[in-house]
Amino acid sequence: MIEVTALTKRYGSLTVLDGVDFAVQAGEIAAVVGPSGAGKSTLARCINLLEKPTSGSILVDGKDLTRLSRRELRSARRAIGTVFQSASLLQRMTAAENVALPLRFLNISHAERLGRVRELLDRVGMLHRANHYPSQLSGGQQQRIGLARGLALKPSVLLADEPTSGLDPQTTASILKLLAELRDELRVAVVLITHEMDVVRSVADSVARLHEGKIIERGPVAEVVRSSDSELARALLPLPPAPAPRNEHEIWQLRYERPDVNPAWLTSIGRELDTDISVLAGLIETIDDGGAAGRVTVRIERPLAAAAVRAAFASRGIHATQAGGDATQMGDSLTQAGNGTERSDHAQAADALEPTAPEAAASRAALVRSAA
Amino acid sequence: MILATATPWSGVSSLLLPALGQTAAMVGIVMAIVVALGLPLGLLIFNTSPRGLTPHPTVHASISWIANLGRSLPFLVLMATVIPFTQLVVNTTIGIKAAIIPMSLAGIPFFARLVENAVREIPRTRLDVGIASGASVLQVIRTVQLTEALPGIVAGLSLNVIAMIEYSAIAGAIGAGGLGYLAVNYGYEQFDSHIMISCIVVLVLIVQIVQFGGDRIVRSLTH
Repeated sequence: MIEVTALTKRYGSLTVLDGVDFAVQAGEIAAVVGPSGAGKSTLARCINLLEKPTSGSILVDGKDLTRLSRRELRSARRAIGTVFQSASLLQRMTAAENVALPLRFLNISHAERLGRVRELLDRVGMLHRANHYPSQLSGGQQQRIGLARGLALKPSVLLADEPTSGLDPQTTASILKLLAELRDELRVAVVLITHEMDVVRSVADSVARLHEGKIIERGPVAEVVRSSDSELARALLPLPPAPAPRNEHEIWQLRYERPDVNPAWLTSIGRELDTDISVLAGLIETIDDGGAAGRVTVRIERPLAAAAVRAAFASRGIHATQAGGDATQMGDSLTQAGNGTERSDHAQAADALEPTAPEAAASRAALVRSAA
Repeated sequence: MILATATPWSGVSSLLLPALGQTAAMVGIVMAIVVALGLPLGLLIFNTSPRGLTPHPTVHASISWIANLGRSLPFLVLMATVIPFTQLVVNTTIGIKAAIIPMSLAGIPFFARLVENAVREIPRTRLDVGIASGASVLQVIRTVQLTEALPGIVAGLSLNVIAMIEYSAIAGAIGAGGLGYLAVNYGYEQFDSHIMISCIVVLVLIVQIVQFGGDRIVRSLTH
């Protein structure tokens, strides 16, 4: 495990990290998110000690890495494996030679290296590419090699610095799946530094938001997205844009508060309140704990007491707030740092999980009308 | 009669081949010295720079200044300037031995800069990969910098060999032997057009071959 306490980094009068605290247990993926310039890269470089922190401590397996001499540091930093952005493989070495690099630095014998490299390449599904050069591999394949190299010295902490940046959504998903498998099998503590909220939602156990060098929000991912409408929560699970309302009072914003929300809530609440409910926008997906998380904007088609609507949703584990006209702006400030494909991924994911939501609303509307 | 003294074509090779051998010897010896000293110097210049592995502004500024000094003088001027030094080191100021000193003094800083440039092309994260994997500074230099920069260094090497062939011809003009000496003494001063043409053709061919071969090696080293 790794425990970072009061980590501060200053360059002259510029404070880049200001008392950062966090701890990651073995077998946990902890994401650190934040926009560009929040100090993410500096944090990463401090954790693997490429930069010496100005103050604060970094405990890995109980040893404070910031207090070690240069020589001690060289061996101690082997407890931290790093997966670099865009893999950063050495171009003139084959995949196998890249993975073997950390072992070579330790002067491990050639025979022993061969066995370990085979094992690592096999683990990341790249044994068949062992003798390929990085230029012959795709971005995703290169990052698999990067993961294998990061794990070569059996570290107890794996630092992944933007490991999926520049990869397409499918490749990102496969790299994250691998990361989660490695977490579970090797019980490694993973510090995942990223600006991609999809990545956090799909793989992280906990999340911390770095803002101007400070961690200003944190918690288990499931808790953050279900229990609040904070900026981090809205960034993690953004509300897709909805059409402008005709009458603001009929628009409601919903947030799944429990993992076991019955997906049939739309129909059952419509029946209970005797109204049509139109789904205007929504994002519902299964997150890492297996439960559902979602944000939905709906329009209640019949004038009803706000308290009754709120209670009907609350009884089904859904937090409902009457929205003003700002529905489309919610949660956008953090996701802007991400790439342009994020939106469509959300839409696809939501469609896959809840394909019948809009249709259900339509058929429900027809049903209610015929009953009346 | 001025134009009558051209060496017959059949006699050209007996003059040309020994001269070619002398040029090759000069360039070969000088290049060995240049690589042995210029490579470490180039690595030192880069690694003491702010982007290097062990930044050290004072050391960087001083060696950088010395390297620039060696490159700022035209070769002919440099050669004349270092005559006392040449006398001191090889105890003569004429011949191949004497040419090697100024040629090395010109070649070492040139190669050092080429090495520095080649190493500077390596993205910083690849150096970080080495450091974060627990490598010592020397291990990073050997496995990351030298390995990754090898194509660039080889390209610099062929550039340097060509420069040294040129310098050997200049040194030849003051009695160091080789193709330059032949061209000046026979071709120019005795108006021996056959020797002149032969020297030019051979020099052009050598340069072409070195460049072509160098490019081929660079390509085969680049993955």
